Amino acid sequence: MADLTRLGRPKSVAVRRFRERLIVGSLAIAATFSIFVTLSILVVLARETLIFFRFPDVSLGEFFGSLEWNPLLGAEKHFGIWPLVSGTLLVTVIAASIALPIGLVTAIYLSEYAGARVRAVLKPALEILAGIPTVVYGFFALMFITPALQKLNPALESLGTPESPVSFGGYNALAAGIAMGIMILPIVCSLSEDALRAVPRALRDGAFALGGTRFDVSAKVVVPAALSGIVAAFLLAISRAIGETMIVALAAGGLARLTANPTNEVQTMTGYMAQIFGGDAPAGSVEYQSSYAVGATLFCITFLLTMLGQYILRRFREEYD
Amino acid sequence: MTTETRRAGHMNPETGTTTTAGSKSAQHGLGGLPAPAIGHTAPATPATTAITVRGFSSWYGSFQALKKLDLDIPAQRVTAFIGPSGCGKSTFLRWINRMNDTIPSARAEGTLELHGTDLLSRSLDVVELRRNVGMVFQKPNPFPKSIYDNVAFGPRLHKKYSRSELDQLVEQSLRQASIWNEVKDRLHASALSLSGGQQQRLCIARAIAVGPEVLLMDEPCSALDPKSTLAIEELIETLADRYTIVIVTHNMQQAARVSDQTAFFYEGALIEVGDTEKIFTTPRNKQTEDYVTGRFG
Amino acid sequence: MATPRSAASRLLQNRAFLWLCLIATNLAILALAILLISIVWQGWSTLDGDFLAQRASRKPENAGILVPLLGSVWVCAICGLVALPLGVGTAIYLEEFARRTRFTRFVQTNILNLAGVPSIVYGILGLTAFARMFGVFGVGADAGIQLGDQDSLFYLRLPFGSSVLAGGLTLMLVILPIVIISTQEALRAIPPSLRSGSLALGATTWQTVWGMTLPAAVPGIMTGSILAMSRAIGESAPLLVVGSALFLMATPNNLMSDFSVLPLQIFNWAQRPQAGFHDLAASAIIVQLIVLLAFNGVAVFIRQKLQKPLL
Repeated sequence: MADLTRLGRPKSVAVRRFRERLIVGSLAIAATFSIFVTLSILVVLARETLIFFRFPDVSLGEFFGSLEWNPLLGAEKHFGIWPLVSGTLLVTVIAASIALPIGLVTAIYLSEYAGARVRAVLKPALEILAGIPTVVYGFFALMFITPALQKLNPALESLGTPESPVSFGGYNALAAGIAMGIMILPIVCSLSEDALRAVPRALRDGAFALGGTRFDVSAKVVVPAALSGIVAAFLLAISRAIGETMIVALAAGGLARLTANPTNEVQTMTGYMAQIFGGDAPAGSVEYQSSYAVGATLFCITFLLTMLGQYILRRFREEYD
Repeated sequence: MTTETRRAGHMNPETGTTTTAGSKSAQHGLGGLPAPAIGHTAPATPATTAITVRGFSSWYGSFQALKKLDLDIPAQRVTAFIGPSGCGKSTFLRWINRMNDTIPSARAEGTLELHGTDLLSRSLDVVELRRNVGMVFQKPNPFPKSIYDNVAFGPRLHKKYSRSELDQLVEQSLRQASIWNEVKDRLHASALSLSGGQQQRLCIARAIAVGPEVLLMDEPCSALDPKSTLAIEELIETLADRYTIVIVTHNMQQAARVSDQTAFFYEGALIEVGDTEKIFTTPRNKQTEDYVTGRFG
Repeated sequence: MATPRSAASRLLQNRAFLWLCLIATNLAILALAILLISIVWQGWSTLDGDFLAQRASRKPENAGILVPLLGSVWVCAICGLVALPLGVGTAIYLEEFARRTRFTRFVQTNILNLAGVPSIVYGILGLTAFARMFGVFGVGADAGIQLGDQDSLFYLRLPFGSSVLAGGLTLMLVILPIVIISTQEALRAIPPSLRSGSLALGATTWQTVWGMTLPAAVPGIMTGSILAMSRAIGESAPLLVVGSALFLMATPNNLMSDFSVLPLQIFNWAQRPQAGFHDLAASAIIVQLIVLLAFNGVAVFIRQKLQKPLL
């Protein structure tokens, strides 16, 4: 029997140790980059927003108090954030009311009902939907959804008044909202499905054994068990919708106003930022800086939503053994 | 009442060595139950101590897992750790090759030495320790690589080998683990294509390949079917000539079959340790007697 | 005594819900189908070889996507070359080396937050940090340091300005959290028992990672990275902010060149009043979708073929 230990030449331990220390050190540095990024975002937004608020026409009170936003109106500038927030809210609500129910039900179907063949078709389809660039959704909203909606205008005439007509213009919130809803639907669906699949089989088996129909099991046992994951999925999708730019820049419009009428043209926070940064306002001017202030507001909102989602996951997630 | 044991000749076709296997005598032992077949008599050379344990205690955080253990583990013999679930035998095993280092809250006090080297010392080269003290786990864990690469993984960490040296090393390791004939034509197939028993023997070959002195086995057969279990027990017998083997087992009959010395653990303490034959036929401690006769556990 | 519910009504409820599921699912597929069909219908006729080879023009007939297509290639290449090593390295460190302390949990939470930041905010960061470099090198068109000749491949200018480099680095910020998270998931899929097996042979943590864990996780990491790059190719808002050019005739010839990307060209054309440009936008979308399908296809292929069960 050959002595296994006499084969081979020894390796230098010191070299190995040194090389590994170098490698692990580099990896650690890489890991700190992410903290740098967050710090930079905070610093940049804070700095530029401060510059904005130092302008004479601008005040914190007006930012949060005024209901008018028209920075480009020459002499009379108003910098109240609420019109932009209302635009974002309107489009997001429309998107959520499409994506959340349909997404959840589709997720339930995929997780509890669908056979392998259906899944083989559906999952790739949803992945493709998830990967479509947002500018394509914006194009679709502008070129197809809006004209389709405009066909409804004669029927809607009676609903409006001369001052506030109910009529779909070339830019409107509903078209953007519908496209946005289709965009976030795959997110809702795939994250909810993950949450549903994480519920162990034993729960379903127990419910079936008690004589439950598949509906009973899905709606009354599995969904409540996965609720924290589903809520987190909803929050994430809403956060994506709020932060989305291209769809609203193409289809929602550029008119910042406080309205709940989906046929109206609106401007969202992101749409405004795209308009300013993609436009001619000189750097350092009050209009330009206002965009940073809007960006800071946007960042705070999405940050709060993300933290809320994580809190819900941590606090309410069921631990199954 | 002692059972007479003889070693019948048994030629291992893989390694070409002769070992003596146990005779299964079904005479009555304690409590009217058939005595477990005790198939291991000590080989001719006297035992030296490989691992010395004095006053060894360990904690996970504030929970004390092991309480002042004292024992000697002899070199080139098989020592079995037995005891009910949660008694600390696996924990203790993992201290011998410092695998508990991966658990942040684990700490230990006392003396744990391998040939005089303090295994608890902070300056100990744990990498070299683990090369010298191999481990086989409860559930076979071959890497998602070829059979060849599984066995060659360990040696490549520690030394430089030429291709032919490595081939030689892999073959010898697989032979020693009694699996060479089954895999020699498919060394480059995935290790995951093997059966459970074969995977475990592959893991043993993998552990042997780095040339350890000690082999720690944490319930190596509990995830295997009886036929594979038997194959591995026979393997342990052949390996016992070259390696110091410590085997944790839930299966008392297995301990009786393969080991020279048995240590009985209960709730973190070492109740009794001694020659396997004595432990299973005339234990000194009442608790030991109760356990080996199946009154609890 | 409780009123028994009739079995019939419960079965009806069950049936009704199944129908609801089927309707919802089909709506989702229907939406995708309408979207794809309508755009392909509009853009199919203008999609031809000239379209791919021509540059920008005032007239739809003469306009093509050569410049934004190559711009996308440059920008995404830079993005990938920086984001993948940085992201995979970060994930390896967090999963395999870092001890579970409050600090590492903070880093993890931070990465999850970064994944939720709107991409336009990354555009703002990219504009300030890469394009303008916080004003450290001065402001204005001629400010800063220039190294090398403007026409050569190795030209460098500080600050980066609205260049491919600034665009690529900004995109890197967008996809970095995605790469990190998906790599972490791929690493987590490797069972701990395999790592124990490696350590028990006397391997260091790095030897375990490099020799066993990472090779086993490669299919998962590749899938995640490809999907992240697929996202990068379609991003527009951050590049709009960083300063993608609206009307560009020259394809990039070095890192400091001006750039335009395909999604922004679509954005641009969609906003023009002439219907001819709308058709071109649809054609450009078809190209964009083909690229998307190619990337997703490769990712799915890798997932099916190379991902072996590890237990």
